[in-house]
Amino acid sequence: MEPIDIKNVQEELDKYVNKDVYMHIETTNGAYASHVNDKAYNVGVYARNITTKFTQAKIVSDNSKAYRVGLKLEKGWVYAEGLTDWEIYDKSKLLLAGHDNQGRLMVALQISETPFDY
Amino acid sequence: MEKNVVVVYPHPDDESFGAAGTITKLRNEGIPVTYLCGTLGEMGRNMGTPPFANRETLPLIREKELANACKVLDIDYRLLGYRDKTMEYEDVQEMAGHIKGILEDIKPTLIITHYPDYAVHPDHNAIGAATIEAVKLMDKESRPEVWAQAISKGFVDELGSPDITYDVTEVFDKKLEAIFEHKSQAGGMINTFSGETPDAIEEKKAFQKRMSKEQFYIWEYND
Repeated sequence: MEPIDIKNVQEELDKYVNKDVYMHIETTNGAYASHVNDKAYNVGVYARNITTKFTQAKIVSDNSKAYRVGLKLEKGWVYAEGLTDWEIYDKSKLLLAGHDNQGRLMVALQISETPFDY
Repeated sequence: MEKNVVVVYPHPDDESFGAAGTITKLRNEGIPVTYLCGTLGEMGRNMGTPPFANRETLPLIREKELANACKVLDIDYRLLGYRDKTMEYEDVQEMAGHIKGILEDIKPTLIITHYPDYAVHPDHNAIGAATIEAVKLMDKESRPEVWAQAISKGFVDELGSPDITYDVTEVFDKKLEAIFEHKSQAGGMINTFSGETPDAIEEKKAFQKRMSKEQFYIWEYND
């Protein structure tokens, strides 16, 4: 993946507006968070191949080291924050991910017109 | 009966971190070992250090890493086809039936798996429980021995001393070689240990000390 280029990612997001899309969204602090630190909780959420449609998409810089992406649905919202890297995978799938300073994935938001492998 | 061992863990790299020393000792005695790997670790958050995988390529990369590690350990492997981080939500009986079918094919004399509820990761606990159930479904007379591995903090306080302790110091280089085949997962460690700097040598020593024992409980079936 490459560091996010806000202009390119905005253009890619716009391509999916008003289309039926498959979405992958997740965040995690790892399966060992509370094993390594007694005071921590394992926290994560994961949805793969949710089908949806969004009418607006916007990527916003938080002026530090990461980006947020918000998608306005017909009846709701999807957003992800902490995104740092992007890639067009398999020619047609937009992958966005946030990696920490050790390269570990913290958050992912992926959009495609065809399903992700499951 | 000819000795034949099956290791059942959920992720590519569990075999190397958890049992590579034991596996090496078994292989040195000429005993065949097969690794049944539950998932492809699709949901791992380590993507390489620095990252070279993404969420979509990770399973493909980890399957290759698994193949390489199994080559180093000189063992066969089979994939069970579950998805990382979801095994605990599967139907236990269904999973047990699936695993039992494979065990009946391989006919192991010994099975190594995780100790349910004491193995930290939900997939570890789930595959341990399903494997123990799979063996329970067999005729009492034909059940292989099951060794369960606990890794949670303070497990000895609750479970007592493990029945089996392998000191793997003498085969540790092989264990490290197998771990290092999982480049996407062990990248940070590979970087830390690289070079002959005092820090690297110290870190490696500490890791070796921490990982020098592989311990198991012999599962008792009380039916």
